[in-house]
Amino acid sequence: MYAVRRALGGLILAIAGLLVCAPLGLAGLAGQTDVVGESQRVSVGPEPAGEAVTLDVSVWRPATGGPFPAVLLAHGFGGSKADLVERGRALAARGYLAVGYSARGFGDSGGRIHLNDPAYEIADARVLVDLIADRPDVRTDGPADPHVGVVGASYGGALALMLGSTDPRIDSVVAVVTWHDLADAFFPQHAVAAGAPNSAASANSAASPGPGAASIERLPEPGPFKQLWASRFFAAGSSPSASAGSSPSASADVVCGRFDPEVCTHFLAAAETGNPSPALLAMLRAHSPRPLLAGLRAPTYLVQGMRDSLFGIEHADATARAIDGQVPALAVRWIDGGHDGVSSTADADEQALRDWLAQTLSPDPRSSPDPSAAPSTPDFVYAAPIPRRQSVAPLVELGDYPGLATWTTAPFADPQPARLASPPGGQPASVATVPGVGALIGGAAAYQLAALAGQSAAFDTTAFTERSIVVGSPRVGLTVTSSRADVVLFVSLWQVTGAQPTLTRRLVAPVRLTVTPGQPTAFTVALPPATWTVEAGSSLRLLVTTTDTTYAVPREARVDEVRVASGLLLPRIEGAADVADGGSDTEAIGVAVAIALLLAAIGASAWWDRRKRQHVPDRPDLADVPLVVDRLVKTYADGHRAVDDVSWRAERGQVVGLLGPNGAGKTTTLRMALGLITPDSGSVYLGGQPVHPGSPALAGVGALVEGPGLLPHLTGRDNLHAYWAATGRPDAEAAFEQALDVAALGGAIDRPVRAYSHGMRQRLGIAQAMLGLPDLLVLDEPTNGLDPPQIAAMRPILQRYAASGRTVVISSHLLAEVEQTCSHVVVMHAGRVVLTGRVADLVDASDTTVIHLDPAASPHLVTEVADRVRADAAVTSVAVVEDEGDCRLVITAASPRADVVRAVIGAGADVVGVSSRKHLEEVFLGVIAAAQTERAGQAGEPGSGQSGQSGSSDWPDRPDGTSESITEQLRQVRAR
Amino acid sequence: MTPRHTAAPALSIGTEVRRQLGRRRTFWSLFIALALPLVLIGAFAIGRTSSPATGTRLSDLAQLGSANFTLFAVSAASEFLLVVIAALFAGDAVPSEASWSTLRYLLVAPVRRARLLASKLTVAVASTAVAIAALVGWSLLVGGVAYGWAPFTNPAGGVLDWGQLLPRLGVAAVYLLVSLLQVAGLAFLLGVRTDAPLGAVGVAVLVAIVSSILGQIESLGDLRNGLPLHYQRAWLDLLSPEVDWTAMRHGVLWSVLYFVMFVGLAFRLFRRKDVLS
Repeated sequence: MYAVRRALGGLILAIAGLLVCAPLGLAGLAGQTDVVGESQRVSVGPEPAGEAVTLDVSVWRPATGGPFPAVLLAHGFGGSKADLVERGRALAARGYLAVGYSARGFGDSGGRIHLNDPAYEIADARVLVDLIADRPDVRTDGPADPHVGVVGASYGGALALMLGSTDPRIDSVVAVVTWHDLADAFFPQHAVAAGAPNSAASANSAASPGPGAASIERLPEPGPFKQLWASRFFAAGSSPSASAGSSPSASADVVCGRFDPEVCTHFLAAAETGNPSPALLAMLRAHSPRPLLAGLRAPTYLVQGMRDSLFGIEHADATARAIDGQVPALAVRWIDGGHDGVSSTADADEQALRDWLAQTLSPDPRSSPDPSAAPSTPDFVYAAPIPRRQSVAPLVELGDYPGLATWTTAPFADPQPARLASPPGGQPASVATVPGVGALIGGAAAYQLAALAGQSAAFDTTAFTERSIVVGSPRVGLTVTSSRADVVLFVSLWQVTGAQPTLTRRLVAPVRLTVTPGQPTAFTVALPPATWTVEAGSSLRLLVTTTDTTYAVPREARVDEVRVASGLLLPRIEGAADVADGGSDTEAIGVAVAIALLLAAIGASAWWDRRKRQHVPDRPDLADVPLVVDRLVKTYADGHRAVDDVSWRAERGQVVGLLGPNGAGKTTTLRMALGLITPDSGSVYLGGQPVHPGSPALAGVGALVEGPGLLPHLTGRDNLHAYWAATGRPDAEAAFEQALDVAALGGAIDRPVRAYSHGMRQRLGIAQAMLGLPDLLVLDEPTNGLDPPQIAAMRPILQRYAASGRTVVISSHLLAEVEQTCSHVVVMHAGRVVLTGRVADLVDASDTTVIHLDPAASPHLVTEVADRVRADAAVTSVAVVEDEGDCRLVITAASPRADVVRAVIGAGADVVGVSSRKHLEEVFLGVIAAAQTERAGQAGEPGSGQSGQSGSSDWPDRPDGTSESITEQLRQVRAR
Repeated sequence: MTPRHTAAPALSIGTEVRRQLGRRRTFWSLFIALALPLVLIGAFAIGRTSSPATGTRLSDLAQLGSANFTLFAVSAASEFLLVVIAALFAGDAVPSEASWSTLRYLLVAPVRRARLLASKLTVAVASTAVAIAALVGWSLLVGGVAYGWAPFTNPAGGVLDWGQLLPRLGVAAVYLLVSLLQVAGLAFLLGVRTDAPLGAVGVAVLVAIVSSILGQIESLGDLRNGLPLHYQRAWLDLLSPEVDWTAMRHGVLWSVLYFVMFVGLAFRLFRRKDVLS
């Protein structure tokens, strides 16, 4: 019982999902108009036993304004007014006065459940209309005639129809997923009388039933008992906790809970036998809209679901047919939700409902956020099958219900008769659909559960040659020959794609016939109305079973022979567009527009960048200078200023050495010269043409920067060819032979580069730089990885190269190497150029004196001497060079050399030699020492990193603060 | 000193193709794409069951003939293998040059930066196209030898004869290529940004995985349509007797949108980038 109630909770939730969840979207609007809610108890007619009954009623209305149109809200079976709060408030926020109540026998209301008895539940609703009429804040159409609509789903939907039929004061009726005839709902019969239209010709006649017309000519005998649903229905009403005030000693109460004992007794009898008593049928028919609909004169909106094995679309169809023409407005909507699941178009459904109310009740525009000019509701809207890979059903609108139908016939591929048995006791039973859920499982297993061997017969149509849209109730003529008189069959329509059958609409048509055993009986089955899309190449399958788990079947064993007497008749509605192709593809349009905007933005950005790029003009005056570096500045993203106002030039025929300690900015300068790095300011000119990334002037440059770049999977020779191919210039210009001579790799040139040693790669890199014999050759640390003989071999190559009128720029740490190779040097330190000039001039300068001291002198003494000499005003700089047992002072001074020597001797040094010629190393150290001293003198320069202790005495410190002589640094460099 | 202007473009497509051809990466990518059909045949042979030729999945019918086998192989590869290959070709193009230190020499050659990216991207996309074409052609051949040349039976219903199938197979291959453009674009952008060959590939594949995970979150609803590779399987629509182009149209547009966005960003980044590698 508990499990059943849990399942029931799911059912109520499903119904609530239709009507309660959707208004969540309105919660935001509720803030616009303040809503006032109040509760009250309303006395209604007493129970048959005389017990007085009051109902629990809530009223929601806008805080100000009025009078308002009113809406009476009715809840579903097993629910209470608590289900209505959200909708009530949302309607109040839109300018309605909403009245919600718990029906008799539910929630906190008193009384018992009479299943929408006109004398009780419907009379109660009329009392509530009286209550509404008495309110001064409700708009009236006349004395005691409020402007009021009634909205309900399921149990409440039937109430809405029945109230609208019996109370002329009702101005609008909305009935959602409800019944037309409760007897038909619990004892459904889908066999229609013989002679029903089964040909396209008769279907087109004026008397032709529309596609939804499943109910109008049903056989009179009631169908099999929809046991599972009936049990759930009963359980929802007989909850013991709900039976407040009843005497526990009364045995009927224990079983029947809050059901009226008469209703309860009939139900129990039917559940026990599986057959309805005439009294039960009479009661169910009386508790239905059907007998009352003749009185309905209010505009009516019917919403019915295709995912509903309790009250199928045939109920709404029957109601619509009954009132068509007598009500001023009628609209029908087929959604793909229902008692078995939530509509995929819930938001649109809710909007449509609101539009209907606005159209039929027109709330005061002053208190309503949306104008009363709501779009008029189309007569017929149906949800088409959900297209593949989408989650929302397309909605098709038609101006007429049910529209003109045409019938097409799908022939069966193999119309051989099939024999099927009904097992004794009706077990096992076929499971085609699970009430309240629809489907628990999908795929092949679902079909296996539905089509039990020996108990089912399948008839496939031939494959469809084109895509077909089916809207309505398909029909098929069958003939059954049975071993017994009481025949119950269940017919369902499966879609077969490939070998896989799928029950797209989880609905089953039960049929109950009384036949003469052994005699064939012909009948026509009207399948539950719904919408299908049959793809070309797929087919439909009619599955006939003798059992269905939802229904009570005869317990006697039986054998039937079933044959198809006609093709499958499929209704199509004229004007029902193939929605999959129709409508604008908003997603495609949106994305296409986004692409267009993006392209426009890219174009605009490229144009803007081109405009913004500072156009550096050519410098014809520099046309004859291979390389001019002009006031370059580069600061990296981390704030390090690598190059600071650097200018130098390299002329034709020169071999220029770029010198400097690590981090001096040499490589950064070279990268800017090659257009790899964009300077913050300043420019580089190659033959007078400014350098920028991809600048054509770079064609005249060959480079080796920070090691060679080679494709490891290619041979040395192929690498040279691949590189040259990338330049796009003809092979004739490449001078491969000369490059190969430089590389001097011998047979290794045809081995893949990944096997090369460091030195081999380096030589190949130099050779690659020399491809095409560029006017300017830029080599960064070219001797890296070369052994002394190779270095010696490289020297004349570079000198000869420059001698041919070209220019070579070498950056290096190896001062001796530079001294021997280069004609000119540029010394950089800490991002600045500290010295430029011819090597010959630098090493032989008149203002410099090199004094060789006694190697045995103590370092302390040497330092002391250096300090003393440095104190002389005429002395510019003093550098101590200690090298392999040799100790030298390199002194730059304005005074004559003799004075300098005298000063050194005067300082107490033991002089063993004096020379004017110095090595580049000494020049280098001298200028760097001077530069560092100068920087240290500019005290507190942030970011300089230099912390020389003073301008006078000690060697400058390294940037990292360790006190280490520059000579020591140099040794380390050389050791690399 | 006069720069030598030349008519031939720097780093022409042919040159770039030759740079990539001898690479093991290229070899292994194509090798794996070509090995897949053989692996599948082997797997079917080992796991041979008496299963009837029914079912709703392509794999159920894969042994019916060359056509079904090819469709299954392509469908199996399109899920992940082709994504990785596309990401590898595009994501590795620039970072591999950076890691060999050849990027700076290409730029000094000089190759204009936009030209370099254009050549690299063209060759990467073309390589992906070759991989797809090789997979399709090879599967047709291998499948035909192994299972015969029966026409295509759609597990969702209908039969396509060879005359109908081959053009559709061509369209499917083109659609797959276009839909892989978004992955290629992303990998390319990451490659230009990070200089890490495997990083670019890894992140692109990661995005594809995250996208497919997010695609399973029902509550995202239609927002999922915009996820990269959301329409990756839309080419299967080509197998129905009547083709519904909607999903493929969306797939193409989304892919082009992402491709343009990523590649546009890549060009913009690279044009201003300081090449330090």
